[in-house]
Amino acid sequence: MRAFFFALALMVAGPVWAAIDTYEFHDDDAREQFQQLTQELRCPKCQNQNLADSNSPIASDLRREVYRMVESGDSNDQIVDFMVARYGEFVLYRPKVNEATYVLWYGPFVLLAIGMVVVVLLARARRSKEAKASDSANLSHDEQARLSELLKDNNGESK
Amino acid sequence: MRRLILFIPLVVFMALGVLFYKGLQLDPSELESALLDKPFPAFSAPSLSDENQLVTEQDLKGKPALVNVWATWCPTCKQEHAQLNRIAREEGVIIYGINYKDDRSAAKEWLRRYSDPYVLNIFDADGALGVNLGVYGAPETYVIDANGVIRYKHVGAVDEKVWQTLKGVLAEVSL
Repeated sequence: MRAFFFALALMVAGPVWAAIDTYEFHDDDAREQFQQLTQELRCPKCQNQNLADSNSPIASDLRREVYRMVESGDSNDQIVDFMVARYGEFVLYRPKVNEATYVLWYGPFVLLAIGMVVVVLLARARRSKEAKASDSANLSHDEQARLSELLKDNNGESK
Repeated sequence: MRRLILFIPLVVFMALGVLFYKGLQLDPSELESALLDKPFPAFSAPSLSDENQLVTEQDLKGKPALVNVWATWCPTCKQEHAQLNRIAREEGVIIYGINYKDDRSAAKEWLRRYSDPYVLNIFDADGALGVNLGVYGAPETYVIDANGVIRYKHVGAVDEKVWQTLKGVLAEVSL
């Protein structure tokens, strides 16, 4: 009876294992390196998934290649270069910094700087306009004297 | 003059609109091969017909040719097969095949049934050559020149229109 349940449990467990690659790593660093790389490399077939997520045959082939290289002690750069040499820069979810990607990496900061300059300019223009407006509202001493004289005359006539 | 400044956002918007509209016409699944104008990767794999016969990249040199990646599990490969047969027979083009992650007996049976356009078939059982070649889905067709340098890559079926393009590239590399 016990053996029967054990066999039953194995039958249920089978398909669960089949969907996942089971790679054995020689140490935890290698496992971490493998996980990081498969997160950052994009599957060329199913383009909005990384290698770790995708179930497509090509993704599993590429995971196998990454595993092979991680286990033989290759650095991240070596593995990334291997992928780029075959599938192009497209497979990098974290693009390299070079002439072609300067816009991608630094563009947002340039836009932010432009935005800040525009805000400062607008604020300054408004302030000088307000200053001018208040200037024209403030009459000089002579003008004030003349204004009160005119008003006095006016009041005198209407009486 | 100050009035014109107010139109800057509109102009920027329209420029972005044109850019994104152009972007919509592009096919994101079409990737340019990273191996363009590079030599065919070195490999050593058995031929499909005879598992004791080893094929290497040297066997693909000599004349400009097509290299077609195919498999029996790939429906689009079946769709383009008649066209490949026609190209090989009527136009005398050399076509090398890479039988990609396939079953040997199923592949042989397929060639018997639908006739064989290939001069030579490389049996790439685990897709190792495919990875070195940057294959990400069958069918793919490459144009290589006489020195075995990859000059063009097409992903998807070879229909009449694609063949005209391939023919143009073949004529160009034959000069």
